[in-house]
Amino acid sequence: MASFLLRRLLTALPTLFLVITAAFFMMRAAPGSPFDSERKLSPEIERAVMAKYGMDRPLGEQYVNYLKGVVHGDLGPSLKYKDKTVIEVLAENFGVSLTLGLSAIIVALIVGGTLGVFAALRQNGPIDYLASTLAILGVCIPTFVTAPLLVLLFASRLELLPNAGWNGGAPENLILPVTVLALPQIAIISRLVRAGMIEVLRSNYVRTARAKGLSEFRIVTRHVLRAAVGPLVAYLGPAAAGLLTGSLVVEKIFNLPGLGKFFVISALQRDYTVVMGMVIFFAALILVLNLLADLLLAALDPRMKLS
Amino acid sequence: MIPGSPERSQMMQAAKGRSLWDDARRRLLRNRAAVAGMIVLGVLVVLALVGPSLTGVAYDVIRKDDVWLAPLQGGHLIGADSLGRDLLTRLFMGLRVSLAIGVVATAVSLVIGVAWGAVAGYFGGRLDETMMRIVDVLYALPFIFFVILLMVTFGSNIVLIFVAIGAVEWLTMARIVRAQTLSLKQNEFIEAAQAAGLSRLAIVTRHIVPNLLGPVVVYVTLTIPTVILAESFLSFLGLGVQAPMASLGTLIANGAQDMELAPWLLIFPSAVMIVTLMAFNFIGDGLRDALDPKDR
Repeated sequence: MASFLLRRLLTALPTLFLVITAAFFMMRAAPGSPFDSERKLSPEIERAVMAKYGMDRPLGEQYVNYLKGVVHGDLGPSLKYKDKTVIEVLAENFGVSLTLGLSAIIVALIVGGTLGVFAALRQNGPIDYLASTLAILGVCIPTFVTAPLLVLLFASRLELLPNAGWNGGAPENLILPVTVLALPQIAIISRLVRAGMIEVLRSNYVRTARAKGLSEFRIVTRHVLRAAVGPLVAYLGPAAAGLLTGSLVVEKIFNLPGLGKFFVISALQRDYTVVMGMVIFFAALILVLNLLADLLLAALDPRMKLS
Repeated sequence: MIPGSPERSQMMQAAKGRSLWDDARRRLLRNRAAVAGMIVLGVLVVLALVGPSLTGVAYDVIRKDDVWLAPLQGGHLIGADSLGRDLLTRLFMGLRVSLAIGVVATAVSLVIGVAWGAVAGYFGGRLDETMMRIVDVLYALPFIFFVILLMVTFGSNIVLIFVAIGAVEWLTMARIVRAQTLSLKQNEFIEAAQAAGLSRLAIVTRHIVPNLLGPVVVYVTLTIPTVILAESFLSFLGLGVQAPMASLGTLIANGAQDMELAPWLLIFPSAVMIVTLMAFNFIGDGLRDALDPKDR
């Protein structure tokens, strides 16, 4: 276990390092500067500002200095938000994306999981058809179509829910964005659970469990699900990373102050340090969640070797 | 049964056997969803090609009197937009642009991905490690990051959208092709080719790549809708196709802005988008079942 973690970390770190390097130089190769604004700064002031952030140094030196900072857990100051560090800026914006993403994952797991289980137990029954129809629609209807249509129906026409805004994370403001985020995930999760369950239901140990006289509920919860969720866990790692880092489309339509939108604004403003911080955060999150998924898989199936 | 009788010639025919591709075609044509998908897609392609010239008005003609006309009014079958442009014409045009982007960007990702994956998989060793590490790194960079950097560097134009999307989509293709190549490499016919003294590059181009066709075809039909989605996503954020040109994404984005006043501007483009994506997905699923029956 410890050696597995160590080995994974040793392969992840070079990737992370290369990601930082690629992002750093790509960002700097793009024209423009964080200090371009409507009011042109006088050359002296611009020089002074550049010097303050160490940007008057050669690019190679800046890169080395940046890496040194990263190693010490210092992502530097934001170039646009005065007197704030990148970590502070990220933390402020992460809350919204975390709330939305986590809610969407939980909803999708409950709804998608239930649909998948019943679809597998009653193959070709009505729930199975509902689940497979939903699966096709969930994959084919993009969020930027579902979001405005739901707003049109529930906010503009029926006036049941607010059409946009964060409002401190009030539940009625969360319902629509979370639904939009969860729908495609419900589709995929129900498909994965159904496929996994059908395979396990045919296995001999399930027949044995039935022969022992276990209730259907016990068989499903104790024996089948445990073996059937493998593909689901493998899928959830990257999917969760995507949801937690914020969906641009949903944040834009519902006017929510999340990470996705913030990333675009920062990149357009060339807030180099904030953009770099986000790239590192995204990459690290994906690596960590994939690692968690692998650990969870190993815990579910002791036969699987951690390698 | 006498030699030369009709029954016998029938039997001879049956014994001739069917190739893998004959088999796949039969399975595909028996799949009702896939056939429906192909028919719908055929209709959509024809509409995209000839539609814009059939409506009698250009997609960018602005008419002050027709602003926000509802469907069936003033000669606009499905209404007009905020500038009085005919929605049907714009919809056909948008479909054309979206399909074109889908095909071109997929072709770009196909060429790069197959070459990259086949070389990495076949040559193996350090080369493989380096090439796949590059793929991992590019994978870890957010898509929108590429797009914004390309945009601020080169300005926003339609060719760039192809490049940006193609540059991201080839990564998955390269991974699939590499995995497939690794398993193909173990086959006897590769060993035979090596024994015959073929160069390694010749083995890749003549023996590996042709045998990758099955999974690649499946993945291509699933990449086209992904690309169409990616373009629409960019257009939705205002980074895609620029006005007055239209794509399904820009139409939906504009429709979402005006939906309170003119819901048809959102509903019709969304419907066309969904139908297009479904057609591609049905064909892709059908092809996968047809080409890889053990995967069902």
